[in-house]
Formats: sequence, structure tokens, C-alpha cells
Amino acid sequence: MKKRIISILMENEPGALSRVVGLFSQRGYNIDSLNVAPTHDLSLSRVTLMTHCDDLVAEQITKQLNKLIDVVKVLDITEGRHIEREMMLIKVKAKGEQRTEVKRCSDIFRGQIVDVGPTYYTLMLDGDSTKLDGFIEALGDISVLEVVRTGVCGIAKSEKSLSL
Amino acid sequence: MTEMLSGGDALIRALKDEGVELVFGYPGGAALHIYDAIFRQKDIEHILVRHEQAATHAADGYARTSGKVGTVIVTSGPGATNAITGIATAYMDSIPMVVISGQVPSSKIGEDAFQETDMVGVSRPVVKHSFLVQCAEDIPMIIKKAYYIARSGRPGPVVVDIPKDITSPHEKFAYSYPETIDIRSYQPVKKGHAGQIRKAMKQLLAAKRPVIYIGGGAILGNASEVIRKLVDELGYPVTNTLMGLGAYPGTAEKNLGMLGMHGTYESNMAMHHADLILVLGARLDDRTTNDTKKYCPDATIIHVDIDPTTISKTVQIDIPIVGPLDEVVNGMLEYLEQNEKRADPDALKTWWDQCNQWRQQHGIFKRPNHAPSKGELIKPQDVIKTLYKVTHGEAVITSDVGQHQMFAAQYYHFDWPRQWINSGGLGTMGFGLPSAMGAVFADRDTPVACVTGEGSIQMCIQELSTCSQYHLPVKIINLNNQALGMVKQWQDMNYEGRYSQSLYEESLPDFVKLAEAYGHVGIKVTRYEDLEEKMEEAFAMKDRLVFMDIYVDPTEHVYPMLVPEGSMRDMWVSKTERT
Repeated sequence: MKKRIISILMENEPGALSRVVGLFSQRGYNIDSLNVAPTHDLSLSRVTLMTHCDDLVAEQITKQLNKLIDVVKVLDITEGRHIEREMMLIKVKAKGEQRTEVKRCSDIFRGQIVDVGPTYYTLMLDGDSTKLDGFIEALGDISVLEVVRTGVCGIAKSEKSLSL
Repeated sequence: MTEMLSGGDALIRALKDEGVELVFGYPGGAALHIYDAIFRQKDIEHILVRHEQAATHAADGYARTSGKVGTVIVTSGPGATNAITGIATAYMDSIPMVVISGQVPSSKIGEDAFQETDMVGVSRPVVKHSFLVQCAEDIPMIIKKAYYIARSGRPGPVVVDIPKDITSPHEKFAYSYPETIDIRSYQPVKKGHAGQIRKAMKQLLAAKRPVIYIGGGAILGNASEVIRKLVDELGYPVTNTLMGLGAYPGTAEKNLGMLGMHGTYESNMAMHHADLILVLGARLDDRTTNDTKKYCPDATIIHVDIDPTTISKTVQIDIPIVGPLDEVVNGMLEYLEQNEKRADPDALKTWWDQCNQWRQQHGIFKRPNHAPSKGELIKPQDVIKTLYKVTHGEAVITSDVGQHQMFAAQYYHFDWPRQWINSGGLGTMGFGLPSAMGAVFADRDTPVACVTGEGSIQMCIQELSTCSQYHLPVKIINLNNQALGMVKQWQDMNYEGRYSQSLYEESLPDFVKLAEAYGHVGIKVTRYEDLEEKMEEAFAMKDRLVFMDIYVDPTEHVYPMLVPEGSMRDMWVSKTERT
């Protein structure tokens, strides 16, 4: 079982995303994270979907996605060199001495404090998923109140692009 | 000059412009504007069924028999959900169909309005694509797209859901039907890869124990003729899937018969021992492979299919070729024209000797696996043999699902594509009678027989009324064993004969009287000696529906039968003999 990041370019139409998600549940594939937004061409949406599966299933997933009428193009970007990023907003308890500790930890991970209250900090971090996991781990005893992650988005490291 | 039409009128006009002549349907609240538009025109004939499931099966039977796209119109809510079984049936067997469903008015969507169902959502896993129409101006383009998607590439059902306000007679727009269509996200493959075809041909000609394996794609892709040429040129043994019956003549010497769960001994043995298998338009589903880990251990597999997802879905393929079957097989024939090399004749002869020996050993026609019929003991196999004889092998046969379906597949030699209409993938009981109705509309000149059982026929029995209204002379061949035969067979073989909920216990209707109640002819047969004569009588009534209620041996099983979790050579060949 390997981590796969699958990029999907599809028509920006109602129902298109439900077909993609429906395909995964219908055929018993897992979705670890899902990220979707329109592209610079507003008629198209770009989905980045992270899953764990073996090679045979990965081949079926890309073929089944390609078969959906609304899907324009599919690329498993983990097959080549690529960049992956994820953004996280995390609200943690920060009182007294904890405030400097949280600040220091955030600096190490190049996070930003985006909201401050008397008893909490909200931080913003980006990077690949393992870095974000690492930050949560590094917080140690600090209590985490809330975590929001965008899910992975990614792009291939070459001139070749997923476009019409 | 552009014409101003309402959404309802535009829909019917678009169907006409698409070449639709016939639709099967059932009216209801959300579809009433559409039905009013149907009333005010004469170009399209509407067939009123008695249940929306039957509308989809009838359109399906029409599509399978004619090769055209079947069309269905239903209302929202229960009309739409009733259609789902038929849509799923068409989806599993890749049948081109467009289902137009009425929907509650746009302003009411999401409010749990009367007869509201999210049809696009409910049908999503069983359609090739679906549309929710959002304004009347879109109707012509959506209809054009729907039919194009349904029939092109790997065919399948398409749902078009239309809210009631969109078809309102009060709002009109300038109608024009698009002549061409281009969907940027949908480009079905037009041609097979030439390099892959060459690579496949080299392997094909080097084979010593080859099998050509033909699936339903050969029929859908109109490839029968080129496949016949290929087989003639190569001289290799042929086997068909349940869905591929008729794609290559059933009576041809080179045809070993159907493969799979209830395939012939010789076909399954040939598959297991083959060193090369050329799969043409099939999807290698579980009913044809048995345990995939033990599947055809020595074989190099070449797989030609128009749908890339079928490649290596269940069995790892050595040489895939994605493309339209007729085009790819034509490419193979061209290769043979340009290259003189053929398979080693000695090796091929040895292989044929082996195949023929298997035929002699347990071939169902060489060595029957059941006792002969006599007196009040009618063997279901003999009913199909009699049907073949009486119809000279020239009828269109539809079937329901169960033992009778397998007997029909095994004993009626289908010589033409589109002669055998059955629900292979979904296995939908209730399919037989309505699909036979569709077949009659598609081909008025050929007798249509529905081979069924007393279980299946009761799942769409209400269509006897439709047959009465439209004078559809279907011949119903009811193999009445007073039980759910296939369930019972499994209970015999795997559950020590515990017949859980598979017996009717004297509750069956008098089918003769029932047929008569609907204005048809009923004939009951209980003695084998009467069978042929009564069947001749039934088929002589060319313009009448005849319900033949034939009492068959309730203890009979279908053989051969693959042994669960075995390879393709592991079969029960009769109740007592196992390979």
C-alpha cells in the first residue's frame, strides 16, 4: 500500500464532484484527503485526492476516474517528481508560560500566529502532510482545541501540465 | 425559420430529431407537460407499460434487438425509483438507453416535495452519465449529448432529469437541434494501438493451444462478421460468454460453446489448458473465471476491449488492446493478409483432437447429463431442445434469470447476434417478459419467445396487460418446476437440501386462466409426449400471445457447474460426477 496523490481536472459543474466521490465509495477505494477548487479557467475544477492503495488498484482508480464523463484529465502525480502542500489552521490552549512555548514551536515550523486570545493562539502552517503531523506531535503537552486542514494539493515538477 | 417551442414540445421534437420512433413509459404528475406534448404529435409512438421497471426492460430489449438506443419516460419519485432496476440491468450489460424522468418543479427541489426523489443521486452508481436540466433552452443540447453518450464508446444508460417547470407550456424558446456534438471531457477511443495489434498477432500465431473467447462486446460493437472471418482464417477453437452467445454461430464446428459457471465441459477445459487466450469484448467477471488465482495457469492473455477499466480489473492481462472491436479485429485480419505465417498445423491438430476428446467425454450434446424425458417427467433441457426444433433455431429468445436461463443458453444454439436477450450482469428476475415486448417492437417479423420460470415471470407478470393492449404475440415458455430452481439447486449442493424460502407450496396461480384473464391463450403441458405438438400449436398462433405453462422435473440441476474456489477445470458434470 503506497500513498498516492491523484490530480483530477474536471468540468466545474454541479454534480461532478459527487461522481468522483461516489466512484470511490462505490468501488471500495479510500479517500485520505480531498481538495477541490476552480482553476484559472473557471469552467474547470481541479481536485487533488490522496489515497493509499497498491499498484493494481491505483491503475483502476485512474482508469475509472478517466471514464467519468465530467472528468477531463487524470494524473497520478506520485508517479513522478512533484510538489505537495497542505495548509493547517490549529487552535491551541496558550496561557502563561505556554504562550512562549507555542510561539517558539510555531517559529521552528515556520508557522504564523493568525489569531490571539487571552487563553488561546490560532496558528497557520503549511508544508507537506508529514510536516503538519510533526508539528502537532511537537506541541507535546500543549492542548489542541481545534485542527482544520485543507487536504493535500499537489503539482507535478515538470513543464508538463494537467490542462486542456 | 426558428420555431418557438415550450420545453415539453422541445423535448419531444428533440427525440424526433434524434431519430427516436418509440418510447416506453408511464405518466405521472411531474411528467404531465411532457405527456401532453406526446398527445399532440404523431411522430413518436409511446408504449404504456404497467410498471416503470418494465418500461426500462422493454426499452432495453428493444435496444438489444435493434442495436438502437432505447428510450424511457417516467415521472418523478416512485416512477423514477421503479426504473432503477432496469437502469442497473442496462448498465451492467452496457446497453444504450436514455431515461427521461420528470422531477418536481425547480423551486421545490430539496423541500421533500410530493413525489420528490433525487433521481440524479439515486441513479448515479448505475448510469453512464446523467443530466439535471436547469433551463428549457438546454433541452436540445442535453438530449443530443445524452444519446451520443449512451451509444458511443462502451454504451450505457443515461438519465435526463427534468423539473416540471422546465417543460411548462407557458414559456417558449427558439428551438434548434444541434447537428454535431463535441464533449471535451469525453473522447471515446476510435482505434486500437497498431503496435499492440502486431505484438498480439505474433503471440497469436505462435500459440500451440489457443482459444478465442468472445463476449457481449462483440454484439454491442457489431463485430460478429469480422470475428467470423478471423476464426475462419485462424481455425482456432471458440468459446462465448453468456453475453456473447450468437456473436459467433452456436452451431459452428469451431464453437466449443459457452464458458464459465454453467459453461460446457469442453470450453472450460480448453480455457484451463490453453497457452493463449484472445479475449474479444468481455470483462472476465467472476461467473466466467472461477478463482482468479487458479485461472488459466499457462495462458498468455490478449484482451481487446473498448473500455480500459475492463483491462486487468480481475485478471492480469499480458497484451491489452483498447479500441472498438470491429476496428481492432480488422487490423488483425490485415496483419494476416500481409503475413503468411500461420499457427503450427501439427500443434493445432493435436489441440483440436484434445478439444474434440473433451467434447466426446462430457459434451452435453454428445453425452447427455440428464435422464431422458418420459410421460409426466419433462426434463427442462428437453423443453429448450423442442423450442429450438419448433422455431428452427430462428426465434429471438429472451430469458429471465435462473435455471431456465442457463438451460436456454446451453441448449438453444444462437447463430446470430441479437438473437439472445438476457440479463447477464445484474441477473434481474422479471426481465424476460418486458424485454420480449421490446424485442417484438424491434423486429415484428421474427417470432419472440420468453423462456422463463414461475418465479421470474411473476416479477413482471402485470405486463401481460401491456401485451394485450398492443397485441404483442410473445410466446412465453414457462419452465414450471414449482420452486426457485437455481436457489434450490444451491441449497441441494451447499445446504444439505434445506429449502429455505424457495418453495411455493401450492400457492402458484393457474397460469392458463391467468393468461386468459388478460385476453391471451394459455396452454398447460404436463406430458412430454404432448410437448412438441402443443408448442407447434402455440407458434402457429402468430398473432397471439401464448403462455405455455410446462411442468418440468423439479429435481433437475444445471450442469456442468464450476466448483466454488476452483479453477476452470474443476466442474460438476452431473449430480454424481466431478472432474
